[in-house]
Amino acid sequence: MEKRVTFKGIWSPLLLVLPQIVITAVFFFYPAGQAIWQSLFIPDPFGLSMQYVGLGNFEYLLSNSYYRASFVTTAVFSILVTLVSMGVALYLAVLADRLIKGSGVYRTLLIWPYAVAPAVAGVLWLFMFNTRVGVVTWYLGLLGYDWNHVLNGEEAMGLVVVASAWGRISYNFLFFLAGLQAIPRSVIEAAAIDGAHFWTRFRTIVFPLLSPTTFFLLVVNIVYAFFETFGVIHTITSGGPQQSTTILVYKVYSDGFVGQDLGSSAAQSVILLVLVGVLTIIQFKFIERRVHY
Amino acid sequence: METREGMVEKRGAGLWLTHLGLIIGLLFIFFPIWLAFVASTVSQPEIVKPPMPLLPGDQLFENYRKALVAGVNAPVALMMLNSLIMAMGIAIGKIIISLLSAFAIVYFRFPGRRLFFWLIFLTLMLPVEVRIVPTYEVIAGFGMLNSYSGLIFPLIASATATFLFRQFFMTVPDELAEAARVDGASPMRFFLDILLPMSRTNIAALFVILFIYGWNQYLWPLLITTDPSMNTIVMGIKQMFPSGDDVADWPVIMATSILAMIPPVVVVISMQKLFIRGLVDSEK
Repeated sequence: MEKRVTFKGIWSPLLLVLPQIVITAVFFFYPAGQAIWQSLFIPDPFGLSMQYVGLGNFEYLLSNSYYRASFVTTAVFSILVTLVSMGVALYLAVLADRLIKGSGVYRTLLIWPYAVAPAVAGVLWLFMFNTRVGVVTWYLGLLGYDWNHVLNGEEAMGLVVVASAWGRISYNFLFFLAGLQAIPRSVIEAAAIDGAHFWTRFRTIVFPLLSPTTFFLLVVNIVYAFFETFGVIHTITSGGPQQSTTILVYKVYSDGFVGQDLGSSAAQSVILLVLVGVLTIIQFKFIERRVHY
Repeated sequence: METREGMVEKRGAGLWLTHLGLIIGLLFIFFPIWLAFVASTVSQPEIVKPPMPLLPGDQLFENYRKALVAGVNAPVALMMLNSLIMAMGIAIGKIIISLLSAFAIVYFRFPGRRLFFWLIFLTLMLPVEVRIVPTYEVIAGFGMLNSYSGLIFPLIASATATFLFRQFFMTVPDELAEAARVDGASPMRFFLDILLPMSRTNIAALFVILFIYGWNQYLWPLLITTDPSMNTIVMGIKQMFPSGDDVADWPVIMATSILAMIPPVVVVISMQKLFIRGLVDSEK
């Protein structure tokens, strides 16, 4: 796709793209290049010089049991967040789609959590499940369940998953509802006339027709769980207990800023970079979101 | 519009069940927010002796006043101002540089255009979380720690908006540029008088998305604002928790959480149409 009508001039367009070029070069390409460069070095203990180690940082990382555990944690976390938030959103969207009127009111209410920052969502859920003052903790105690996500890794994981998924329901709901409303009524009504009940219609017609939306959301939600949930984890668990909620992005932060292990943190950045690259390619390849030049 | 009164939509008992299902969903969504609101209206002793009440108390003004004026490390009013400046800076800054470069890519032929296009394409792939350490070093090198420019610039170094405007400019009829050229209008005249007014809706939709994106940032302000007076509200909440065994000042913290969500919620709800449009545009 090209415009047939264009303006003349070489300097004016260059001047127009200059702000973006400068900002992207200084705050994007230079740091990204630095991450790749630093991943090949180990700084000495005093930070005075750098020793070239080639792929040593990567070899070390991949043989490090904590890092491998963080991979598994990230996988479990992202899959759970994606399933929970897409599941709840699909359920709500299917219900809202069945309404003749009033779905607008529900939509207005359901988009709230989108506006709530992940870190704020983390604080809200932390408050409910706080071991000392949490309301839910207290009522669970009445039922004889002793909730303590500070000590129990599985409970900690459950809590960060629910808090992360909660904030994402709005987004998924909006896309699912749009997808459902794009399905021609006549197709569904034809099936209904043939005697197909709701569940049969959903399984054989609605869900398959919804699959482009579902697939798109799968990828976007995994990317969300990978990167944007840092706030949730940092506010609720700080990666603990015993690193049971340390996802990869959290580890880049804790190794780089708390542990000051720059070489390892940079190598982790590069690994994440490759992962995002793969996810982006999947997104562009399989979803019709191609950019034509 | 065709009538949706078919055999697919529900009436009678089915309709009520549908509403019931949705209301259960709403309860799940709003319970955490409700609880935070209640906590922001009661006194500390009512919270630390569980279970806390589930209906609002009478300390609303006291708690919010305390949060806004005093806060814990810094007054929350100040943190909100910082968040506002950061969010506006990111939204406006990104929109301006993206409009300019999208205009150049679509309406000019210049050397390096293709290279430029692919360079900004790469930025779509790399969230700031991935390059935090080196970006931090750049900001520190410029002496931009604890500054608004340090909060804003790294987050506008991405090309999503450029793509969006490029897509939109491609749909603008060629005749308009042709007419402008025949009339002897300069490219900038065409840009300011024709293209910009036509892009109004797109700009507004993008503004909504970017404002929320900026307001809700967490990791970046956490790294570069060590001075409490530069904290943003979203990252400042966590800083209000005491270290060690001290009991957190829950009413003030929850009042701050409510204050942190009000501006983005108001933006989303009041500009719902633009918001949904912006969301779909920036993803598809």
